[in-house]
Amino acid sequence: MQTKTSKSALFPYVLWIALFVIAPIALVVYYSLLDLHGNFTLDNYKAFFTSVYLKMTLSSFWYAFLITFFTLLISYPTAYFLTKTKHKQLWLLLIIIPSWINLLLKTYAFIGIFGLYGPLNAFIEVFGFDPQQMLFTDISFVFVSVYIFIPFMILPIFNSLDRLNPTLIYAARDLGASAFTTFRRVVLPLTLDGVKSGIQVVFIPALSLFMITRLIAGNRVITLGTAIEQQFLVTQNWGMGSTIAVFLILFMVIIMLITGQKDKGGRVR
Amino acid sequence: MTKLSTSAKVYLAMVFIVLYAPIFYLVFYSFNSGGSMNSFESFTLEHYKAVFEDSRLLVILINTVIVALLSALISTIIGTLGAIGIVTVKDAKMRNTLLSLNNVLIVSPDVIIGASFLILFTMVGIKLGFASVLLAHVAFSVPIVVLMVLPKLLEMNKSLIDAALDLGATKKDIMMRVILPYIQPGIFAGFFLALTYSLDDFAVTFFVTGNGFSTLSVEIYSMARAGISLTVNAISGLVFFVTVFVVIGYYFITSRASKRTEGQQ
Repeated sequence: MQTKTSKSALFPYVLWIALFVIAPIALVVYYSLLDLHGNFTLDNYKAFFTSVYLKMTLSSFWYAFLITFFTLLISYPTAYFLTKTKHKQLWLLLIIIPSWINLLLKTYAFIGIFGLYGPLNAFIEVFGFDPQQMLFTDISFVFVSVYIFIPFMILPIFNSLDRLNPTLIYAARDLGASAFTTFRRVVLPLTLDGVKSGIQVVFIPALSLFMITRLIAGNRVITLGTAIEQQFLVTQNWGMGSTIAVFLILFMVIIMLITGQKDKGGRVR
Repeated sequence: MTKLSTSAKVYLAMVFIVLYAPIFYLVFYSFNSGGSMNSFESFTLEHYKAVFEDSRLLVILINTVIVALLSALISTIIGTLGAIGIVTVKDAKMRNTLLSLNNVLIVSPDVIIGASFLILFTMVGIKLGFASVLLAHVAFSVPIVVLMVLPKLLEMNKSLIDAALDLGATKKDIMMRVILPYIQPGIFAGFFLALTYSLDDFAVTFFVTGNGFSTLSVEIYSMARAGISLTVNAISGLVFFVTVFVVIGYYFITSRASKRTEGQQ
């Protein structure tokens, strides 16, 4: 295959990298240095370090942390039990199917479910509580996000659990370890890579969600993603939007380095 | 292999119920003759009829499918060529750089891809609409195709090519009759994934689409922001049935294929 013709196969691909990978990042950095009139300035960076943007960044991280935490809390046992079922690949497929339904449709469903006259309120009224406005709250936002991300967290954890050699567990049990000790000292450390890629594919998108915040949290929750969308499409301040984007890229790189390992996880949108 | 305890089964059942409840909730109310998702009045197909009678919605649906098919096709070609190109790169450092650049768009948040493409298209002077959406979808699908094709190329035995050369095959023969048939499953998987990513994408499209052009996701977003409309439920019903249909087909094809290879061993 070391022929000139197969080398030339690389040409459109390298062109793609230059145009759609390198150029966009360079342009974002370039625009982050421009003010509204196109003059060079560092004001956007100064603005980012004011309390408004720092608070927003902090709350964005806090929500991303909550979302990742609850997603992991639900997904790990699910993945663990799934590996123990008969026909586990079929069950896994059934977990994955909801992630193939359009994200917007699933979010839209929750507008009805959480609504003032929705089934959830009808349910709590049975127990004598007054109907609550559940839409447009932090809890509903976290709940819907966790719901969206569960399949993406289960997949890498399931894969690492599935690769685990069962003889290691038998050995631990033979040596007198309790079920809990076996889990803590053998299963968990050996599946940490799956957990890490799970965290990676949930945390980064959770930092940058914007449609769920708009539809479910009703602009109460502002994440970095919401702020970028706002600056680009509403305020038309591309400079500030790019500056926030630069920081989001930086945070992304840091998270990748922390959770980094050789094999990469999937992609979440 | 230990047996699942009852509590584990209950837990799994709960997860499945929560995962599917919103989808069934949507589909259930798509048959509601009342105007809301709160009380079910009587069974009707009027919302499905409304979808097929709404010519604007049908245009959007066709747009979505055309963009998905075209972008998947183009990105499959670029990605396959790219993967073949990457394996010919001898320099390990160069190869790793290419692979890291390949992954940038896979791990980047959609908002960043969308915003940076918006800047790019505006600067180059591409009108926002069909062209910009198609280009963006091609752009984020290429790395997925590369990742699907590359493993197939790497597991291919090099002596197959040597053998073909010994037997007098030309470069074109080798490409068409040895390499491409061998990596075909990877190419199909890449095409299929690119298709689903394109159909599913909202955030990137939202950034790079102009006023006159819309895809299903963007349309659902604006409909959902306007409030509950059972037409959206009917769309989700259709999407759900098509998805399940595709998944069942996919499952049978792959399980039959894996049985066949097991039989050969």
